[in-house]
Order: sequence, then C-alpha cells, then structure tokens
Amino acid sequence: MKSHLLLMAIFAFFVSLVFAVITKDDTREQLRFGGMMFGGFLASALVLGWLMYPFPL
Amino acid sequence: MRATAAEETQSGTLFLLCLASWAIPGAGHLWLGRRSKGLIFLVALPLMFAIGVAIRGRLFPFELADPLVGLAALANLGIGATYFIAGALGYGGGDVRAVTYEYGNAFLIVAGLLNMLVVIDAYDVAMGRKS
Repeated sequence: MKSHLLLMAIFAFFVSLVFAVITKDDTREQLRFGGMMFGGFLASALVLGWLMYPFPL
Repeated sequence: MRATAAEETQSGTLFLLCLASWAIPGAGHLWLGRRSKGLIFLVALPLMFAIGVAIRGRLFPFELADPLVGLAALANLGIGATYFIAGALGYGGGDVRAVTYEYGNAFLIVAGLLNMLVVIDAYDVAMGRKS
C-alpha cells in the first residue's frame, strides 16, 4: 500500500469517524459532520497538493 | 477540607473508568452504557494503530534529550495497552527507508491522541457534562 492519496483518505476517514462520534450523539448528525469533515480533509489536501505543484521552482 | 467517603468512592471509580478507557479504547464508553460509541472506538482506534505499524511507522522511544521524539512517544502511549502489546511482540520498529514511514508515524501518533480525546469524553460523560 504505497498510494499516498489512499493512505490520506484512510487517515481522514478514521479521524473524521472518531471526531463525529465524540462530538455528536444523533446518528444523522454524526454522518453529516463526519462526511463534511472527511470531504474537507480530501478537498484541502487536493487543493494544497496542486498549489504546491510548481515547487521546488 | 476532607473529602467524604462518597466523593472518594466516586473519584476512585472515575480514575478506574479513565484508566480502562485509556488501556482499552472505548472501554470507558462501554462501561457507561454507550455501547455503539464504545464499539466504534474499540474497532477504529486499534485498527488505525495497526495500519500505522503495518506501513512501517515507528513507536518512538522516550528520549527527553529530543523533545519532539519525547512528545511523539507520549502521543504513541495514548493508545494504551495496544502500545505495550505491539512493543512486546516486536512491532513498531519503523523503517525510515519505507515510502510510507511518515504516514505510519502519523497514524500511530494520531491514534494515540484520539484515544486521549476519547478518555476525556468518557470522563465528561461520567461527570454528567455530556449526555
């Protein structure tokens, strides 16, 4: 397992899962919060990855 | 002012609850009757730790001379009994040449830190601060 994207997605999944379960009690809220957090992780990693693409110059 | 016997019993129980929650992720929530939350922690956190070990992350030693290594060791310890089991079985040596080494470290460190949050959450539930 050497895919950085896959490892990052797995990492984001676990962190989002634990945070959603800790912070919310209702299952629907947990799914919503966890999904948003997971999506935020993936989106920010992809955006930052593309922003860093030209470096080193 | 001396604590009453009831307060001492409660603080003793709280200590045991936090200790159990630290040693076995999710045990505190299971103890308090939060079965679904406890089971999720019981599966997710050791699995995250196991993935970290499998992709050749390192369990850091307690080296106070290097503060970052010491802090990483403290975070690793947060996962509880799993840390000692992995150490006793010879896992967690890490392989700095592996392309997944840093990812493995992130998995191991964050699994420990998340378990510390779970312990605090169990304490809050036991104190009645959370439902």
